[in-house]
Amino acid sequence: MIHLTAITRTFHMGDQAVYALNNINLHIASGEYVSIMGPSGSGKSTLLNIIGLLDKPDNGRYELDNRLIADLSETEQAQIRREKIGFVFQSFHLVPRLTAAENIELPLILSGMPSAQRQIHVNAALQAFELSPRAHHRPAELSGGQRQRVAIARATIMQPSVILADEPTGNLDHQIGAEVMLLLENLHRSGTTLIVVTHDRELGARAHRQIGMRDGKILTDQAHDTD
Amino acid sequence: MTLTDTLQTSFKTVLSYRMRSLLIILAMALGVAAVVVLTALGDGARRYVINQFSSIGTNLLVVLPGRAETAGSFPGAVLGQTPRDLTLKDAQLLGRLPQVRRYAPLNVGAAELSAANRLREVTVLGSNANLIPIRHMKLAQGSFLAQGAEHSAHIVLGAKIASEFFPRSQAIGQRVRLGDSRFLVSGVLASQGESMGFNTDEIVIIPIDYAQTMFNTTSLFRILVEAKNHSEIESAKQAILASLRQSHDGEDDTTVITQDAILDTFDRILRALTLAVAGIAAISLIVAGILVMNVMLVAVSQRTAEIGLLKAIGATSTDIRRLFFAEAVWLSFAGAMLGFLLGQFGSLILRLAYPQLPAWAPVWASIAGIIVALVTGILASMLPASKAARLDAVQALSKK
Repeated sequence: MIHLTAITRTFHMGDQAVYALNNINLHIASGEYVSIMGPSGSGKSTLLNIIGLLDKPDNGRYELDNRLIADLSETEQAQIRREKIGFVFQSFHLVPRLTAAENIELPLILSGMPSAQRQIHVNAALQAFELSPRAHHRPAELSGGQRQRVAIARATIMQPSVILADEPTGNLDHQIGAEVMLLLENLHRSGTTLIVVTHDRELGARAHRQIGMRDGKILTDQAHDTD
Repeated sequence: MTLTDTLQTSFKTVLSYRMRSLLIILAMALGVAAVVVLTALGDGARRYVINQFSSIGTNLLVVLPGRAETAGSFPGAVLGQTPRDLTLKDAQLLGRLPQVRRYAPLNVGAAELSAANRLREVTVLGSNANLIPIRHMKLAQGSFLAQGAEHSAHIVLGAKIASEFFPRSQAIGQRVRLGDSRFLVSGVLASQGESMGFNTDEIVIIPIDYAQTMFNTTSLFRILVEAKNHSEIESAKQAILASLRQSHDGEDDTTVITQDAILDTFDRILRALTLAVAGIAAISLIVAGILVMNVMLVAVSQRTAEIGLLKAIGATSTDIRRLFFAEAVWLSFAGAMLGFLLGQFGSLILRLAYPQLPAWAPVWASIAGIIVALVTGILASMLPASKAARLDAVQALSKK
């Protein structure tokens, strides 16, 4: 479903061009569980942003579900982000003035779904992620684990085909982090493609396919069956 | 994203930044309130003057001797003299014109009034019975030069004079001495207070012939003429000028002022003044608009990470632009409404403080105030909204 061909992305630091991604070729099939590992600055987050249509490559082809992304308008790309892609961030990125339920509701509002229908979906998600008692609390009143569960609920409420998680456990302690990973892996088990960026080897090893990056290049790409 | 959801979401945002929203709404409100109150003041002054002018008579024309023209050719104009006076004969002539309903010749002077061991100087008006209806004066008691008593030595006292001289007894039927002559009090004016700087409570009115004898003159100070109806004012003016020219040997040596023309002039001046004041007040609205822009720019940089997140979960640039835009519209709208209410309240206080001033804000001013507030708010939010919409998602997300 994800086809990257000769993808290049450069940033300019002063007058020096730095390759964040250097000639990346990558194919990820539907339903895969992939971890992308590497030291900071290796380009793994940039790769995730390009897969999630938040960033544009300078060169190369990106096809998602057989559609060439470069041909799509800004609005069409926004629609793909809304409907096919769910983002989970290290720092959760919850809107601080909205309650847990309202944060989860955001993608539904953007999609133009009527309010009554939204409530049904939000309540189902609150229940699925065991957040019902905290539905009307603001992020500041939630624990780290609860916040990330809200973020995952928000990322999955539109039932996307890909979940992109950038260091999803980076701000959580070990045990809570493991719980969050279980949640994400459950989503994968129900058919969602899961791509996790991490520099934690232990975490990365849980994925069925592990990609190692350094200096904007893919060094290793190995698959193993642990399911 | 639907329009309702955009409006609802931005409304919630406005509510959640309570202090910020309150202050910016207040700034907007003060601007609108300033427009409303100042125009209420200006228009109130206009109406006050118009009322004062209307209260001195209806369809009124005032004939005065002399020509109020600097380009006149007769030598008296330079010296401020007039070759011919207005006389009672002139007045009677005007009374016969078809456009004239009634007329009142007028002489004004001062004399000592004494009665019941009291003495004071009073302003004396000499006129005929028509003066009372033409000048919209009212008699509290008695009559003035009633039919059949045109040439009697009767006098009408102003309300204050009557109560000063006859505090306990009935004034009517009393005899008073004015100058060297004796008069019989036949009426007392109702108290009307001051109008056009002329206090009718402290005057006395006597028949014109007695006044002319007393002041030893044959000329008139003014002739007050009431036209039959409003549409005939102009033609009455022309007829008066023509008939006086004829009786004055072809000389244009009188001036006719119509109440309408004076009213018109004052109306125009005071309207222009109101407009100018509204314009000055509108400047504060522009300032409020710039404040809205400032607040929205701060909001965009405060909420950069949030904008990045919205983009990541599928908001289009248009969605984001509209969200910020709607927020500014809410702020401006709330400010405009609050300002309108504040302005109406301020006008009410003005009316309570100065009951004679009809300080009602004109409808156009209230509407214009609200519209200018909305438009400046909307214009001011365009730049911040498009700045938000153009933010790069990755950079926005990396900002805490």
